[in-house]
Amino acid sequence: MERVCKSVRSVYGNTLAELGKANKNIVVLDADLSCSTQTKIFAKEFPERFFNVGIAEQDLMTTAAGLACTGKIPFVSTFAMFASGRAWEQIRNTICYSNLNVKIAATHGGITVGEDGASHQALEDISLMRSIPNMTVIVPADSTETKQAIEYAASHYGPVYIRIARTSLPDIFDASYKFTPSKATVIKEGKDISILTNGETLIEVLDCVKMLEDKGINAEVVNIPVVKPLDKDTVIASAKKTKRVVTVENHSIIGGLGSAVCEVLSENYPVKVTRIGTNDEFGQSGSAKELMEFYGLTSNKLADKIIGILK
Amino acid sequence: MINQISESDIKELETISKKLRREVLIMIHNANSGHPGGSLSSIDILNVLFNKFLKKYPEGKKNPDYNKRDRFILSKGHASAALYAVMAHCGYFREEELLTFRKLGSRLQGHPSSVKMEEIEVSTGSLGQGLSIGCGVALGLRLDGLKSKVYVFMGDGETEEGSVWEAVMNAAHNKLNNIIAFVDRNRLQIDGSTESVKSIGNIKLKFEAFGWNTIEIDGHNFKEIYKAIESAQNSEKPTVIIADTIKGKGVSFMENNPNWHGKAPNKEELEQALEELK
Repeated sequence: MERVCKSVRSVYGNTLAELGKANKNIVVLDADLSCSTQTKIFAKEFPERFFNVGIAEQDLMTTAAGLACTGKIPFVSTFAMFASGRAWEQIRNTICYSNLNVKIAATHGGITVGEDGASHQALEDISLMRSIPNMTVIVPADSTETKQAIEYAASHYGPVYIRIARTSLPDIFDASYKFTPSKATVIKEGKDISILTNGETLIEVLDCVKMLEDKGINAEVVNIPVVKPLDKDTVIASAKKTKRVVTVENHSIIGGLGSAVCEVLSENYPVKVTRIGTNDEFGQSGSAKELMEFYGLTSNKLADKIIGILK
Repeated sequence: MINQISESDIKELETISKKLRREVLIMIHNANSGHPGGSLSSIDILNVLFNKFLKKYPEGKKNPDYNKRDRFILSKGHASAALYAVMAHCGYFREEELLTFRKLGSRLQGHPSSVKMEEIEVSTGSLGQGLSIGCGVALGLRLDGLKSKVYVFMGDGETEEGSVWEAVMNAAHNKLNNIIAFVDRNRLQIDGSTESVKSIGNIKLKFEAFGWNTIEIDGHNFKEIYKAIESAQNSEKPTVIIADTIKGKGVSFMENNPNWHGKAPNKEELEQALEELK
């Protein structure tokens, strides 16, 4: 059955506009991608508080830093590739070193950028961002979580990186969901294996565990939207329970969620961890769906892999 | 009509510059590291700016008008010794603290840190970022209806960074006439003359082509420095003051010598320098 999917980018743009109404210190910056990132929704409502710096991502980040110096709360958007890559040093040396109140909402993260190919598929952004002191890193999984993560970023002082998917995503959480930055959530209890994930791969993992159930495997699913600071307790507790951990992410297996989990478990409760994501390689062109399949991130591929692990 | 600076003012500025130069050298010698060349080339401008123009509240946030202060961003953060010396002179902190420069636990970091020292507007050190930060500050001040100026101090070698020109376009596009930038044109960078490493050429024409108001001055002539900053106050465009300076100015053996970009004077060298700066 086809699911109804929502554009999380539109959710981002609309949430910004709502926040902008309530707080005149919210300003938004973009680098010539306001239609793609959907910051145009805010721009239309509050043109005087929207700044398009053109195709200049370094200037984008440091201009936001300057606005933060005057007490504004800048939300900065461009593609994850250019936000985290092109302007990494501006983020590191100006925004994070000075601990400025800048929110980087980067769209088009991961392999699901699709047809544009490897040059536009940021598979390293979470790794790059979480290695910087003072930075909070959030990867929401659906519209509800995206909205709440944006609202949290606006209310929390300090630099935040939020990865917003290019693809439209099905609803996972209902209105009762409460995003808690310090907590990872066990979405499904299980005893045979822990599957730790976030972002666009959460829905695939949820579908995958149904397939695993048919094979008699009772998997636990933990959603970790906040990669940094990581909720170590929940990760360790799940590992203690199942003794076997798999991480799944739309990102390189080097430096992202999988690495963060390994860092915590190796020091606190060493169990075998299998990281699933893209390997040490670049992406390529294709539809988002085809690429998810090709790189082994769809529910059926995940199920095959996990069955193999448990054999 | 441009206000003139009096002869007695100039005499006083000369005395202060000599004192600041001595302090810079003592700090760098004491730390056994630092950047004397580019600190000495910038002293005279910082002296005039901080003592004659910059609206400042060294007492900090407890002053209700703190928001109305002018903002200063040292984009060439390696000239930190010069900045600290002039800030101490202006009462931001006690002069004794200058001797903690570059020492473990000091607020006076090798490159300015706004986290260690809140009197610093924003951390700098990595070149090519200050002007762009300045654009953001200028936009924020404009949104708040504040008339404060944003002074950004850059090096000439720094203009080799592409990000500088992103910011130059930004300031012109947004008509940020509250920005007054300086280029410390001492013509030297670590590896040699700017023109041999990567020709900077005519900075004035470059900025003009990007839509800026430009002023060229002798960066060691107090009258010219004063007049330039004064005339930039009411510009309709962002202003850049391109200051012809001498790297290592005031110390004979440091002047125009790139070897003194980032080297501390030893005891004998310090003594000779202090003698020259009496």
